[in-house]
Amino acid sequence: MIPTLAAREIRALFATPLAWIVLAILQAILAWIFLARLDAFLGVQAQLQNVLNPPGVTEWIAAPLYSAASMIFMMIIPLLTMRLVADERRNQTLPLLLSAPISPAQIILGKFLGLMAFLLAGVFLVLLMSLSLLAGGKLDFGLLIANATGLILLAASFSAIGLYISCLTKHPFLAGIGGIGALLALWAVSFSGGSGSFFLAISPASHFESFNQGLFDTGDVAYFLLCIALFLTLSVWTLEGMES
Amino acid sequence: MAPPSFILQAHGLARSFSGRSAVNGISLELRRGEVLGFLGPNGAGKSTTMRMLAGNLRPDAGAVRVCDIDLFGNPVAAKARLGYLPETPPLYRDMSVDDYLKFVAKLHRAKSGALDDTKARCGLSEVGKRPIGSLSKGYQQRVGIAQAIIHQPDVIILDEPTAGLDPNQIREIRLLIRELGDNHGVILSTHILSEVESICDRVEILHRGRLVYSGDVDAMRGARAIEAGFKNPPAPGELESIEGVASVEILSPHLFCLRHSPDMDPSEAVIRMASERGWGLQRINPAKSGIEDVFAELTREES
Repeated sequence: MIPTLAAREIRALFATPLAWIVLAILQAILAWIFLARLDAFLGVQAQLQNVLNPPGVTEWIAAPLYSAASMIFMMIIPLLTMRLVADERRNQTLPLLLSAPISPAQIILGKFLGLMAFLLAGVFLVLLMSLSLLAGGKLDFGLLIANATGLILLAASFSAIGLYISCLTKHPFLAGIGGIGALLALWAVSFSGGSGSFFLAISPASHFESFNQGLFDTGDVAYFLLCIALFLTLSVWTLEGMES
Repeated sequence: MAPPSFILQAHGLARSFSGRSAVNGISLELRRGEVLGFLGPNGAGKSTTMRMLAGNLRPDAGAVRVCDIDLFGNPVAAKARLGYLPETPPLYRDMSVDDYLKFVAKLHRAKSGALDDTKARCGLSEVGKRPIGSLSKGYQQRVGIAQAIIHQPDVIILDEPTAGLDPNQIREIRLLIRELGDNHGVILSTHILSEVESICDRVEILHRGRLVYSGDVDAMRGARAIEAGFKNPPAPGELESIEGVASVEILSPHLFCLRHSPDMDPSEAVIRMASERGWGLQRINPAKSGIEDVFAELTREES
């Protein structure tokens, strides 16, 4: 049942140009950053050889690439999540799902996983771009895998937050603005306070940073999983509330 | 195991929206092979009641049992036996008819082959490849009905299935509903009186969130009054003396309405006496239907 719902979400995404545009923008911006970093790396490569323990190509090019992707995800994921539930309410198609022999949890999970399948394709494109560096040298695969894992967890958290906000309104546009606002706020709070502060602890950006540096911290993984679980549960509750 | 006699039972349903009571204590039952009409003026609570019966809206009080399964205690099992067409058909306009119905069939775990059957039944075989958004209202309504019946549910709930259709489409949809009523139980809402007369077995009249009448359509349909026009009208007393006539109403100097008991039709006697006494009978016909009378009387707004 969940795959059926997920498949419909993916189809709905690609039925409009939005999904293609999102993927194209993501690729275009990342390609620009990739080439700029590559150019810079080639410029300093000669000097780097004199440095003890020099930063590698992965650290120099791939890590900033993932960092940029995390910022772009912050902007585009709310655009993709905004219609998930709000659109069904606006078009009055929600009764179809509410009258079917499926639970609200299945509806939410189906929508979430459908979107995640799409975002995984986005992460895969970033991964492919970094792998192209293999043509010219060796890569630090540990760092690369940490970055990809972090980006997937971050995308899942953003999606869960956006999905919840989409449950709160009938207007997709409001859900989109609300989602971008919420994610920006969560990013902004990471600037206040030093390490160990509350704001740093709740900001997804600070937790992604350790992945970005190649650190696999179970604390960060737990943070993302909790965030996903929290907002999916809230979404299920909100959907259940729509029956009443 | 004998099938339960009632496939849908609702008891004491009540629901209010922000303090205003929309539905207040509705109980009803539906048997297999029965078409039940929900009749009422706009705003009587028809749609609210149907949303609750379909498990789309939680009642403040009361219970619904579908084939003896508690709809709100065990919603997944109960909803598998329900088909629901809301007031606005829940259609994904950018999907083709085929894709949409395939999706619905999977959601409801319909049998394979159900898709083609349902399309043929609803007259959709020709438009399978077209996007739903490009179809006419009549076809969209048929797609809406198709999604409600594709999984062969025991109970089919249709909220104003003929609203906005042209007379030909209305006739087709009515035929389809009548056909569905043979093997399933159907509840449909409408504010068109003739619709109830032509397709329903039983009617429940709602007014201000309450059931004010419940009865067989056949019993209501039986004309309980005839209209007779005479060129040389007799005195009303003469008409009243005819056997079977309960009362006489003078509609115009030449036209009379004769009320009578359902089992005693005085038409023949009136014709005979008219020719014997030279009243000059011009017309004689059953008066407007019983349902219309009942409806007007029960739903009259106190002014």
